[in-house]
Amino acid sequence: MTNENRDQFRPDDHPNDNFILTTVVGSYPKPKWLDRARDLYDDEDADFDEDAWEEAKDDGSRLITKEHERAGLDVVVDGEMRRNEMVEFFADRIEGYEFKGPVKVWGHNTFDKPSVVDDVEYDESWLVDEYEFTANVAEKPVKVPITGPYTLASWCFNEAYEDDAALANDLADLVNEEIEKLVDAGARYIQIDEPALATTPDDHAIVGDCLERIVDDIPEDVRIGLHVCYGDYFRIYPEILEFPVDEFDLELANGDYEQLDVFTDPEFTADLALGVTDVHVAEVESVEEIKENIKKGLEVVPPERLVVSPDCGLKLLPREVAYEKMEKMVEAAREVEAELDAGEIDVGRGAVSADD
Amino acid sequence: MTELVATSPGLFPLPDWAKDRLSDLKGHQKHDLISGDEGGEIAETYERARTEVVDLQNEIGLDLVSEGQLRWDDMLAHPLAVHDSVETRGIVRYYDNNNFYRDPVVTDDLTFDGDIAAELDAAAEETDSLQAVLPGPYSLADLATDEHYGDEAEFLDAVTDFLVGEAEAFPDVETLFLLEPSLVENPPKDGVDEHASEAIDAVANAVDADVVAHPYWGALDEKVYAHLLDADVDAVGFDFVANQDENLYNINEYGATDDVALGLVNGQNTLMEDADAVRERVEWVQEQTPAADFEKAYLTANTELFYLPYSEFEQKLRALAEAASAQEVKA
Repeated sequence: MTNENRDQFRPDDHPNDNFILTTVVGSYPKPKWLDRARDLYDDEDADFDEDAWEEAKDDGSRLITKEHERAGLDVVVDGEMRRNEMVEFFADRIEGYEFKGPVKVWGHNTFDKPSVVDDVEYDESWLVDEYEFTANVAEKPVKVPITGPYTLASWCFNEAYEDDAALANDLADLVNEEIEKLVDAGARYIQIDEPALATTPDDHAIVGDCLERIVDDIPEDVRIGLHVCYGDYFRIYPEILEFPVDEFDLELANGDYEQLDVFTDPEFTADLALGVTDVHVAEVESVEEIKENIKKGLEVVPPERLVVSPDCGLKLLPREVAYEKMEKMVEAAREVEAELDAGEIDVGRGAVSADD
Repeated sequence: MTELVATSPGLFPLPDWAKDRLSDLKGHQKHDLISGDEGGEIAETYERARTEVVDLQNEIGLDLVSEGQLRWDDMLAHPLAVHDSVETRGIVRYYDNNNFYRDPVVTDDLTFDGDIAAELDAAAEETDSLQAVLPGPYSLADLATDEHYGDEAEFLDAVTDFLVGEAEAFPDVETLFLLEPSLVENPPKDGVDEHASEAIDAVANAVDADVVAHPYWGALDEKVYAHLLDADVDAVGFDFVANQDENLYNINEYGATDDVALGLVNGQNTLMEDADAVRERVEWVQEQTPAADFEKAYLTANTELFYLPYSEFEQKLRALAEAASAQEVKA
């Protein structure tokens, strides 16, 4: 069996016959010096101008892209070094949004929740520069994570649209425009992040409509993934199988795969990008443990339709922990591939035992 | 003529300077959240912030002044989160919002605490129109996890007794708002609905003040509503931002308390309602409920206000105060 859409990212020198694509969800801890540079840039009295700040971000992006490559990932990102927050970053670049002040998320963690005060419109490009820079420094293929329209609509104050669905639809057209530009720039792998879907699962039809708009006129061979995390998946499955995406990226390690069965009935028909390390635990899982997690994925899809990544963005972990989690994940994937090559793993439900 | 009274359900956002200051003093992790025995600079910061929001309400001319519940890191779960018989565990989602609180796990008897009374004592020195705010017993039990009482009904009784004890320790207050979003979000089943109403009744009787039972994020199931009317509360609240038709249906079908709280201003959106819009909504509710004759209507935001940036929160209160001060609405 082959999977052309996924296997366009298979390295030429891949060591095993079987291939389980390894990647990450996107965000990565920022180096401390980059945070310091940001403080300097924000400090009017400091001698740190726009050029210095741009250079700092370039350095961060280059460094973390290379760090991902050293971990052995098949598809890399730049750890979102240029982005501050997954909604703020985009709201800042879309006409129609305004920031009115920080609001509480929990405890003393706040967020500059933007308000949509007018029809949203596409202005400057959001991610083309980020992609071009990363692709230029990377030797591996680059994935572009992009916050989805439903989340951009849900996690703001909607002052201008009749409801969140109408706003999400308009935003989906802008996301489509951005993806077209990214594809023109050479991007082949786009991941739409829709964490808000997990909080309001009854809205899966709105997300489906948005995705139809997003993929409109995007070439078939451009890989589109959808990342959804921290929710009750049974409330959106199997409905999400109708979504026009190649891959679903799911967080399951954090819940010890308790929700895995949700995806076995009815049959999972897309590619599965499975979370195989927990990003909310600062201990690095052993290679053996991650291998067991990867094998959980083989209960849902065959190896040629499996992608593995951490559950979610790694940005809240200490940087060395984040790195080790990636490195061990790649090692585990290569070992599982080798065992598959050697016929030591049976694929299918309830058949992932090493000894027959 | 219906008397209009401007108020709010409390749980204000911290002023921005206090957000920064407390974030520096307390930190960002789960174990950094309020414990109930804070002192020093943290306590001083909260006192300064409380004075600021009380002064703001006085200056605006709000009829009832809330202490602001600025210390309530865990929102409505706060009274349990600071209790000695409660362990705070994982961070869990606060209803359907992108907000989180520490799961309060009750592991021992819910004895008297006095945390809320102490907040009110401090605020009582700064206003003569103090309004207390508490989570309703049903919502507080719903937000918590019980590992001690073992039985759902017994746990609700224990939470009720706890709230009764807390309320009895209050200084003199004009009103008590009992916030009961769980009655809408996780409605009680048959039998439990009556129990939830009895629990509200018990807490209401613990204070010598007007008591408003305020459910929000929609309208109550009619049976839950009918039971709530049996509780000895002075007013029931209606969230007309989230649901108009079913709230009108409940009022027209089952009647209402003599006084009502009207949630007319959206506590979760920065879109501003001006005083005229608020007054129009009051008139609209009265037109739509021809058989009702409210003695008093509390004009309020539908939900807590911490969802808003501080300046927007302030503007919402101004609209409510101005709407109530123009007493031209006919019954």
